[in-house]
Amino acid sequence: MSTAGTEAGPTESGPAESGTVTQQTDPERMPVPPGDRAAPAERGGAGAAALRLGTRIGLPLAVAGVIVGVWYVISDVVLNSYQRFMLPPPHRVLEVGFFTWSNFVPLVQALGTTAQVTFTGLAISIALGVSTAIAMSQAKWVENALYPWMVVLQTVPILALTPFLSFFFGFALTPRVIVAVIIAFFPIVSNTLFGLQSADVSMHDLFTLHKAGRWTRLWKLQFPAALPAMFAGLRVSAGLAVIGAIVGEFFFKQGQAGLGTNMSVYTSLTEGEQLWASVLTASGLGIAVFVFFGWLSRRAVGRWYQPRRR
Amino acid sequence: MTTATRAPALRFSGVTKKFAGGTTALADADLEVAPGEFVSVVGPSGCGKSTLLRIASGLDDITAGSVAVGTKRLGYVFQDATLLPWRTVSQNAALFAELEKMDKGERRRRIADALELVGLTGFEKHLPHQLSGGMRMRASLARSLVLDPEVFLFDEPFGALDEITRERLNDELLRTHQLRAFAALFVTHSVAEAVFLSTRVVVMSPRPGRVIADITIPFGYPRVPELRYTPEFAALCGEVSAHLRSV
Repeated sequence: MSTAGTEAGPTESGPAESGTVTQQTDPERMPVPPGDRAAPAERGGAGAAALRLGTRIGLPLAVAGVIVGVWYVISDVVLNSYQRFMLPPPHRVLEVGFFTWSNFVPLVQALGTTAQVTFTGLAISIALGVSTAIAMSQAKWVENALYPWMVVLQTVPILALTPFLSFFFGFALTPRVIVAVIIAFFPIVSNTLFGLQSADVSMHDLFTLHKAGRWTRLWKLQFPAALPAMFAGLRVSAGLAVIGAIVGEFFFKQGQAGLGTNMSVYTSLTEGEQLWASVLTASGLGIAVFVFFGWLSRRAVGRWYQPRRR
Repeated sequence: MTTATRAPALRFSGVTKKFAGGTTALADADLEVAPGEFVSVVGPSGCGKSTLLRIASGLDDITAGSVAVGTKRLGYVFQDATLLPWRTVSQNAALFAELEKMDKGERRRRIADALELVGLTGFEKHLPHQLSGGMRMRASLARSLVLDPEVFLFDEPFGALDEITRERLNDELLRTHQLRAFAALFVTHSVAEAVFLSTRVVVMSPRPGRVIADITIPFGYPRVPELRYTPEFAALCGEVSAHLRSV
């Protein structure tokens, strides 16, 4: 069964040898013989499924074990008691950072703020990024004019922009969102543009043949063709938006404290346990958005887009 | 060769096509297809056979000469099925009709007809990747049939398929041709396929392509699959091959 769907494929056998004159008396139909149908792609039995589950879950767990082990070694063996604030052992991080109520409440509040900045920044990045990519795909001169500056924007150190951003937007939520947008924007633009330009020439011919307008072509061909690449960009950007939000919170500390704000405070207070609790929470947020967009991608294009798997 | 009493469905006169790079694909090519006629074009690779179709459909323009197409209802089947992978079979069949802004109810009725004609009834909801190569070509055929074309262009549509599938689709194509009575211009690499399908087989020279032979196939329609194994059929294939070798 494992290869039936992929290798053997459906066979076209049937009335080829029996297609005599009598058959042409009923020419209204072309009968589909039972052989001429596609086999559903199915592979692997129960054993293979268990093995796959093992590698999908078991291996990452093993790596997690190694990481925790190394963490303990560094914390307890490499660092002495004066240095331990830099990397307190995992159980201390859990105890102080997560299981102490007076620390847990601000952590959750900070998570809420960071999530808000992340999602606002991501939403703006998507809207701005997709429309920029569409504009670039429609006119080469727009692409030529803008693309180099996208790359430049991507490479400008955020640090250099902070005085400028604070002058115009203050020190609260707005500049944090802007930092998140600056960081998350590029993968969406570049991937969407790549996707919009990825449609086959022969598929474009279908639209040229029937004199389709540019919007019809965009909506019925380029946009759907771009979706897989767009979602790949979205997944990257979602993670970057979290980083952007936290970096923004490092610099713009007015108003509600986010995870980044707290990290900066805990660093200066040498509160290692709470610092690492914030770090873990931040990466948890990053993983959550990454997984969410992976799921969304499968929902949106998984039905027809199947990258070759081994 | 054939002097049609009616206006030709398709006429190339002295068509020359030079590409921007400097290659001359066609040089002074003449060809006429009468309404309802089935004309195949064979020739060595790169002799401009496909260019002929692209010109007829308006995808490419010409450098010199003139092209006359007697209808706006044009069918075109490409070398690949070129189905949109995110559209189901019936959505793919709908594409040309959508682009031609055909009325919705009319479209739905014609899609059902076309899919039945190519034997894809029951596969409306399937996606291209779930279909075999032969079925994808059928869907591609249905996409043009929805427009009820008067002129149908085929660019090596069955070239990538295995022999058995190809022969069966040939039989079915002829039946469809009998039913819908379109004029066909069929580009192929297979001499046997050309002879089996056509009222005329046109042989083209290597690049720059021009018509060097025009052979009338005397068999009537409908044609049975067994025709392929008759001595007369073999003789005609031999004649076409001889012209191909002579260039």
